Amino acid sequence: MTNTLTVKDLSVSYDTRTGALQALRNVSIDVPAGEIVGVVGESGCGKSTLIGALLSLLSENAHVVGGEIRLAGEDILRASPRRLQAIRGNEMSVVFQDPMTSLNPVLSIGRQMRDIQYRERISDAEKSRRAAAMLGRVGLPDPEAKLHAYPHELSGGMRQRVAIAMAALMEPKLLIADEPTTALDATLEVQIIELLKEIQREIGCAILFISHHLGVIAELCDRMVVMYAGEAVEEGPVAEVFQRPAHPYTAKLIECDPGRLHERVEALPAIPGSLPDLTDPPAGCIFRDRCDMATEICAREAPPRVTVTPGRWSACHHAKAVRP
Amino acid sequence: MTSDALLELKDVTVEFPGVRGLRALTAPPEARRVQAVSGISLRVEHGETLALVGESGSGKTTLARAINGLVPLARGEVWFDGQPLHARPDWHAVRRRVAMMFQDPVGSLSPRKTVRELILEPFAIHGVRVKDRKTRARDLLAAAGLGPDFLDRYPHQLSGGQARRVGVARALALDPALVLADEPTAGLDVSIQGEILNLMNRVKREHGLTTLIITHNLNILRHIADRVAVMYLGRIVEIGPVEQLLSTPAHPYTRALMAANPEPDPTARRERIVLGGETPALSARPPGCEFHPRCPVARPDCATCPPALAPARTGGEVSCHYPLGSDERIGA
Repeated sequence: MTNTLTVKDLSVSYDTRTGALQALRNVSIDVPAGEIVGVVGESGCGKSTLIGALLSLLSENAHVVGGEIRLAGEDILRASPRRLQAIRGNEMSVVFQDPMTSLNPVLSIGRQMRDIQYRERISDAEKSRRAAAMLGRVGLPDPEAKLHAYPHELSGGMRQRVAIAMAALMEPKLLIADEPTTALDATLEVQIIELLKEIQREIGCAILFISHHLGVIAELCDRMVVMYAGEAVEEGPVAEVFQRPAHPYTAKLIECDPGRLHERVEALPAIPGSLPDLTDPPAGCIFRDRCDMATEICAREAPPRVTVTPGRWSACHHAKAVRP
Repeated sequence: MTSDALLELKDVTVEFPGVRGLRALTAPPEARRVQAVSGISLRVEHGETLALVGESGSGKTTLARAINGLVPLARGEVWFDGQPLHARPDWHAVRRRVAMMFQDPVGSLSPRKTVRELILEPFAIHGVRVKDRKTRARDLLAAAGLGPDFLDRYPHQLSGGQARRVGVARALALDPALVLADEPTAGLDVSIQGEILNLMNRVKREHGLTTLIITHNLNILRHIADRVAVMYLGRIVEIGPVEQLLSTPAHPYTRALMAANPEPDPTARRERIVLGGETPALSARPPGCEFHPRCPVARPDCATCPPALAPARTGGEVSCHYPLGSDERIGA
């Protein structure tokens, strides 16, 4: 199978007053064509840095220290600014968390949707027609009239539908969804998940879905990557990872989600401790301070990627011994 | 007050201006004010934890703020421990016994005060003399699960979970009878969420606290609440024991809300009742049952006749003409 996106050994650091903060360290992620891959991790795991690197939109104090990013074979990190501009929005587009801040508040929806078709040599009327057709496809009632609406006139769920319509308009190869349901209520979250599934089927793109919400990942994705403190610690098909996690962090994370407990418990599980200082990451395994399986080797050597089953790996010295 | 409920609300209504400025002059009278909380009656017994759930704009936070006098009541009564809070009480004295935990853990702490000052602030505000400030601050912090090395830190040096713990310590400082906790898990990672909820459960047990928890996190309900009230457009549509609401909801909205909650289990991908549309604006409340335009089981009379909260067959109370699990129209 060909990969729409290949991230290989990507490392990104930020310059800070206290030294280089190593936000991503040797992260590898494959997104096969036509699949939905979830990236799950908690605050500080490097999700946002990853998106910044994919879109070449990192802040000024960030450096790509090493690794490569390929979109359908093309090396993104070495692409010219001009080429990048052609890629963004056309071949790779993104839906952000909060549609109120990603849409321009002073331009109508129609104007914004015509603007993003600036590369197309078609008339404005034709651009509007396409825009309205896409708005209809994402389930906006009365799409022609909505072209004249401004973002504040739409509800939160509708705004996110507009953002998805804009991302899907050019039928990109890769759609990046950055916590697209986090700002929405539960009943709208379901609607947006269903919509993303539909869009994926219709335009056949691959989706990289970034979330901290295990439930949403389980619901939507084919494969998943678990990140912790700037490293990818486990990757595999969603069903297998949830059933038999092969990294202690994954196992703990799933255990902590109260959604899986169907009986009332006196003490809810948690992961004691906190993230390590990424300006000076500890030697050995990044998770060992919070891991109850850690042994002496974990403090000494960084764990290799252990293939658990074909297409599935875990970065843990004790991968085969992890129990759900 | 006749019962032994610690908190009792009767027909509590909170209004906000619907349109502002010149447009208010020409707007029809009913559009000038919107009811964010509309005729809510409920009781919270001593030692009980009641959870208010509902989506954004359903009035959960406004209700908590109305109880604590942070927004004025348009109508209705609030009784706290036999004392009428709707009749211009001495709020200063009331708030000594009714503590509030605010939604944003870092934002609700002054960035210019250290944790020590923040924890001792309630004593200063209420003029309570503390003999040994150092020990007191350390004890309160320890009760919230933080070591003494946090005393001299500033809020920006705390993680979300640590800031939340400071919030818990502050709320408990004056040994309140009632705690109003607004979204205690908002913005917390799942790996820390458990610690905070365990902490709240523990202090509740140890101090015999009565708690009103506002949350949209349905996953935690079972573990923290005794009873749950589901709100929609500023009204309670269903209220009852937590297990009953989770297993046999009587209101179609409760069922949709519980079913909309994605489970962290790929094998549980199931057919869900995807609710169409979105919550209407408060200024455009639908006639009849306000949920009927989105309701999968609405019948013609739902559009004309508003239901009232009535005892449900499954226990608890529900505001629906045709509650789930019964074919007969209620109150016909």
